[in-house]
Amino acid sequence: MTDSFSESSTPIVEVQGLTRRFDDKVALNDLSLTVHRGGVFGLIGGNGAGKTTLIRHILGMFKAQSGSVKVFSLDPVKDPVGVLGRIGYLSEDRDLPDWMRVHQLVRYSQAFYPNWDSAYASELMDAFDLDPKAKVKSLSRGQRARAGLLVALAHRPELLVLDEPSSGLDPVVRRDILGSIIRTIADDGRTVFFSSHLLDEVERVADRVAIIHHGQIMLNAGMDDIKQSHRRVTFRFNESTSEAPAIHGTLSCEGSGQEWTYVCDGQLDQFRNAGQAIGAAVVDEAALTLDEIFVARVSG
Amino acid sequence: MQIRINTHDGVPIYLQVVNQIKYLVAAGRLSGGDELPAIRTLAETLIVNPNTIARAYRELEHAGIVEKRRTAGTFVTDQGSPLARKERMKILTERVDQLLAESEQMNVGLEEIVKLLGQRHSVITKAKRKEGSDD
Repeated sequence: MTDSFSESSTPIVEVQGLTRRFDDKVALNDLSLTVHRGGVFGLIGGNGAGKTTLIRHILGMFKAQSGSVKVFSLDPVKDPVGVLGRIGYLSEDRDLPDWMRVHQLVRYSQAFYPNWDSAYASELMDAFDLDPKAKVKSLSRGQRARAGLLVALAHRPELLVLDEPSSGLDPVVRRDILGSIIRTIADDGRTVFFSSHLLDEVERVADRVAIIHHGQIMLNAGMDDIKQSHRRVTFRFNESTSEAPAIHGTLSCEGSGQEWTYVCDGQLDQFRNAGQAIGAAVVDEAALTLDEIFVARVSG
Repeated sequence: MQIRINTHDGVPIYLQVVNQIKYLVAAGRLSGGDELPAIRTLAETLIVNPNTIARAYRELEHAGIVEKRRTAGTFVTDQGSPLARKERMKILTERVDQLLAESEQMNVGLEEIVKLLGQRHSVITKAKRKEGSDD
């Protein structure tokens, strides 16, 4: 548990130079990403950044136009049985067979997974307060998400893939989903890969975070490192300027007159010194939330 | 054990856990021999990554505030008051530093601050005494 994402651990997902175009729109642009075994990997990005397209490649639902995708060292398009049997997946729209009842959904899903754990499935059914006789179609959004999560978890997958698992759900269901993520990785050696735009959730549960923007990975680091290396520093300059004085290491900047606030990436001492060298005094310094880091990275 | 996680002020979550447990010990709400929740239990309650809790516990162990015992489990150490006092002074030092930084920015000198502290202290003790006599 403590060694999650150590560089020596086996890569569970390896994406190399992946490019995907839809007509003339580039969804993924020469994207490379490695996810190691163990821990929670959070993928964050705005709408249309390429999160879902990347996830669909990992699941073998899209074939790479150029570049390569390997999951458990296998090609998910060529070997769907070998790959999908070891993945639990919950899609953003939680597409489930509407005509089934919940108990039929469970039996139907069980047939696909040799490792299906019936005891665990009933445990989840109780914990999620799901009615086995209810029609999938009649489930509320929250119950639908829980049913989808049950199917994704009950075969105790090595890799749990969740695409925007909390979108549109109330806080109680979100708590269930995040709790499941935590329980899943508390089982040694399991890996969770999830995309989200709710960055406070990602900050709570992810060990490692990648930002995807315009179909490329622009930051991929441990959560602690990200939090430690980004700082907001406010300088007061001797003279008023209409534009922020340039300081090396700036990600984004705002302010006016004599006071300018910078978001800097790493090397905080150097950054402070660089400001002081041009006659500025540090008047404020603060840590940033993941949300603020994301905005600085993406808009800066 | 009451711990609240806030993802809106930028403080890393492991540090929030460390600081709050230190505070609980300093305030006497956790005392020597008390057992902390298991990592997994606290992670599920707070909805945070278990590695984050593990890191917080490691830091607390390093600081001598908790110890792991052979039969599994993490316990508050018995050092009690000297440690608690040290922690209290550390928390207050941080506050004082902040106050001094702000007063410097507002061009208020040290003497004035000391005078203000004295004034506020007598205002507060007077108010407390009055409250006491009302009971």
